[in-house]
Amino acid sequence: MPLEPKLFVFLLSTFLGLEVIRRVSPLLHTPLMSLTNAISAIAVVAAIQVMAEGNTTLGGGAKTFNTVLCTLGVIAATINIVGGFWITDRMLKMFRRETTDRE
Amino acid sequence: MSNPLSTVIVLAAVTPAETAEVANTWLGSASYLIAAGLFILSLKWLSHPRTARRGVRAGEIGMTVAIIGTLLIYRAVSYEWVLIGMVIGSLIGAPMAIWMPMTAVPQRTALSHAFGALAAALVGTAHYYQVLATGELEYDHFTMAILALEVLLGSLTFTGSLVAFGKLQDLIPSRIKGLPNQNAINFSLLGAAILVAIWLTIHPLHQALFPVLIVLGLFFGLCLVMPIGGADMPTVISLLNSYAGLSASLMGFVLNNFLLIVAGALDGSSGLILSIIMCKAMNRSFTNVLFGRMDASKTASADDVYGGKVKSATAEDVAAILDGVRRVVVVPGYGMAVSQAQHAVRDLFHQLEERGTEVEFAIHPVAGRMPGHMNVLLAEADIPYDKLKEMDEINPSFGQTDVAIVIGANDVVNPLADTDPKSPIAGMPILNVGAARTVVVIKRSLSPGFAGIPNPLFAAENTLMLFDDGKKAVVDMVAALKEAA
Repeated sequence: MPLEPKLFVFLLSTFLGLEVIRRVSPLLHTPLMSLTNAISAIAVVAAIQVMAEGNTTLGGGAKTFNTVLCTLGVIAATINIVGGFWITDRMLKMFRRETTDRE
Repeated sequence: MSNPLSTVIVLAAVTPAETAEVANTWLGSASYLIAAGLFILSLKWLSHPRTARRGVRAGEIGMTVAIIGTLLIYRAVSYEWVLIGMVIGSLIGAPMAIWMPMTAVPQRTALSHAFGALAAALVGTAHYYQVLATGELEYDHFTMAILALEVLLGSLTFTGSLVAFGKLQDLIPSRIKGLPNQNAINFSLLGAAILVAIWLTIHPLHQALFPVLIVLGLFFGLCLVMPIGGADMPTVISLLNSYAGLSASLMGFVLNNFLLIVAGALDGSSGLILSIIMCKAMNRSFTNVLFGRMDASKTASADDVYGGKVKSATAEDVAAILDGVRRVVVVPGYGMAVSQAQHAVRDLFHQLEERGTEVEFAIHPVAGRMPGHMNVLLAEADIPYDKLKEMDEINPSFGQTDVAIVIGANDVVNPLADTDPKSPIAGMPILNVGAARTVVVIKRSLSPGFAGIPNPLFAAENTLMLFDDGKKAVVDMVAALKEAA
């Protein structure tokens, strides 16, 4: 695949990211960090892709090695997906306005 | 089943194999597009507390859609291993999310940067050896350069984040002087790693160098973060966040996967913005945080600053002052987190509000150990978020404040930042508490903060020092207030 479309997408998403995230209230900077961390655990998709590609092109020890590395990658990424979204939600649940705070 | 996606899968399964493959690839691409859109919406909704939880939902759905889509495109994957990996990952991730106390959020964040970087480094490594083993070299030099950079970033972020975790968890002392030639060592490690990366870029087949690159990256991460401590953690965590995102994005370049590029770039830019905010809030540069060491020797000694001018007070004295005042501003710092005083602070907040006192909280951007740390702790203690004010918003109001209560903060309220251009914190924007009619500083002793310099605020005319543990002091104040009522 040529480089240009990838650079294009990278640049646009970086600018979009900068614009969107600049608007996040400092109040929520901690949940922001844990949410973006969970989102970047999209690396799980890369682990699946590389494992599948290895399964079709490799054999023997090389295939096993590939599967082991990718499975470890899936584990590490899943920890962040499950942990990241969950803890972000736990944090956000605590942020309340005064009006809803008083029963 | 009413789920349209599963209907399509069933349809695809009964049509000839090729049609099924086309359908799956199409579904896969569509799922990536949807996921990318949901991730962007997720961050957009996070901008306000009212919509923030919707943002988490969007992120979760995006992630699920992306994973299902990937499993549809890449049918050759060993489903059993993906499943096993996901089960193990969930078994580790879920307990961390459910039982972790809110005070441990900085540690968990550092650890999650480590996992994210580890995943990127592992997948990059697997891809390199896969391309080697298939015999035909399909890396052009540019792709190899990207892959080398990705693995280097991944490995240095992995060890760097583990060290940050160790420091935040108190497994590693926060203040390590570092080796005498720490910077020379760091630069040599980085230089060597870059040379190896360049060599690999030119000669992608020199596979013996690949592990060397990884090891150099691991060591560099270790040496880079080891001497950085305490109050610089917010910047370091943000930078590591940025690196972890960038390495995921680079992985997308190597794998021709747009979703990875987008999601990684979003994470990378978020980390970048946070690091810039943190650096600005300390008036320091990235290089100064990473390679500079605080030098407190040029500042006035503690004896000159404090000598006989410090007035101390008891919790009862402070309670007597607080009774009936119009406006109080609480300034929390890392000391509040350490002594777990946030719930006691909430009780104080309610006591004062019941007496008709207006109470607000002044949050310095670098208070605590990560961006937004104090907000999460105070929100956990049920303090409404509209009472938590940013520095620029609350600074002008200190002049109309009767009492400012500083709990476990030091450098962020040190007037030397304004008055002494030689001090290590010169030019750092501070919370202007000195303008309040009375300042109460709750602190165990006169020991200096992270910058290692004395704080003239403690010796000011209108300052009262309450020497005690943060939590105990606030609990005593609340008790004294109740008694007076």
